[in-house]
Amino acid sequence: MDPQKLRYAKTHEWAGREGDVCTVGLTKFAVEQLTDVIYIELPDVGEPTAAGDGFGEIESVKSVNDLYAPVTGEVIAVNDKLETDPSLVSKDPYGAGWLVKIKLEEGATLDHLMTAEQYEKQIAAEGH
Amino acid sequence: MGLRTPLYDWHLSRGARMVDFGGWDMPVQYTTITDEHAAVRRAAGLFDVSHMGRLTFAGPDALALIQHVYTNDAATMTEGQVRYGLVCNERGGVRDDVLVYRWPNGYAMVVNAGNREKIVAWLDAHKGTRNVEVGDCTTQTVMAAVQGPKALELCRDLTGADPSTLGYYHGVPTIYEGVPCLVSRTGYTGEDGVEIIVPAEQGVSLFNELALRGATPCGLGARDTLRLEAAMPLYGHELTEEIDPLQAGLGWAVKMDKGDFIGRDALLRRKEDGSRPVRVGLELEGKRIARGGAAVLRDGRSVGRVTSGTFAPTLHKALAMAYVEPASSAVGTVLAADVRGKAEAARVVGLPFYRRPRT
Repeated sequence: MDPQKLRYAKTHEWAGREGDVCTVGLTKFAVEQLTDVIYIELPDVGEPTAAGDGFGEIESVKSVNDLYAPVTGEVIAVNDKLETDPSLVSKDPYGAGWLVKIKLEEGATLDHLMTAEQYEKQIAAEGH
Repeated sequence: MGLRTPLYDWHLSRGARMVDFGGWDMPVQYTTITDEHAAVRRAAGLFDVSHMGRLTFAGPDALALIQHVYTNDAATMTEGQVRYGLVCNERGGVRDDVLVYRWPNGYAMVVNAGNREKIVAWLDAHKGTRNVEVGDCTTQTVMAAVQGPKALELCRDLTGADPSTLGYYHGVPTIYEGVPCLVSRTGYTGEDGVEIIVPAEQGVSLFNELALRGATPCGLGARDTLRLEAAMPLYGHELTEEIDPLQAGLGWAVKMDKGDFIGRDALLRRKEDGSRPVRVGLELEGKRIARGGAAVLRDGRSVGRVTSGTFAPTLHKALAMAYVEPASSAVGTVLAADVRGKAEAARVVGLPFYRRPRT
């Protein structure tokens, strides 16, 4: 996925829309803060998601952090490669390290999410 | 802002992320904890341990004061020997775990950074009429730990003393770049290695030289995963003022017969109490980490508490140390750890989790 074309949540998840399906992942900035990812807990296929609600956890040696669904809909795919190799999230956060695919709820948009430019401003403001 | 060692800027220039530890701004990692951990197990890692308290004891009653506050027997130490022991309160609880050094010109003690002021005050309070002067040279010195199978070779001609000629847990005063320094074959990672103490002014030069020779800078993150794999206790976790050395499995560092010391009577009484929780190692089935504070369960009942936990990079398992009721402490006992509301299966394993290969 091309980071410039994605939309971003304040909580550092990205969303890439193709038709009515959104691929979701974590940004490079977020994974660089984490390092040493050992375990990722993701929802099951079929589970509903609500934008802004927690939907999983990412655990590193140093800490556990909640993952937040950027969009409202239903989980239709989960990246099960992450079970055996959670480091994919760090190695390829916009590609092979994707987390879930969500089928957007009827009428749902990504307008509440930031553009790449807005997200870049946010992380710059966070002092990094 | 915490205290800073003379290597503070050096750490930043190497990309370190800093964290507060015991009142000091210390590097937690430069790259990743996993890579730094691996560097120590495979080659040589370099740690700034200047934050640890370095105390000196001068005068004819130096040994007597040490013996009064220390659980191990310092009187049988030979010159150059380094010995681990505890300083206890009157209830037998641990005030700190320390290393005592017998140098040719006097005794010294290295204490945990967060306990430095506490131990200095304790020594002062219990000095009595003894003829001894306790000094604190922490801020005038830098201490580097070089740890790993290649550490000794890397440090062979670094100072005037080849550390491979030292016995394990022995040290010698020598020279570094024309100034006096102290070298000991000690460490806290479960690997062989060296600790070097130099005057503060030589600190940066020492670290530059060690990095040039191939030692990988490592932070507190790796220090924690390494010591945990080696089942070494960390003050504030496995050791506190309420936990005694015997229940911590450190009875080997307590010599009841050496003479009286603060806490001895209490320890003799506590020894008789078979109900005290004891330290065990846990290996979890899954990858999720049981961190300090997590309850340990047996058939749904709480039987203890985790004191340290991580995902061990060398052993590739989620490991923890915990205190559990003696009835649940046998190796092989099936337990569980409450990890954020979910019971994660675990079993008691023997300590240490990791032992370095002996050549």
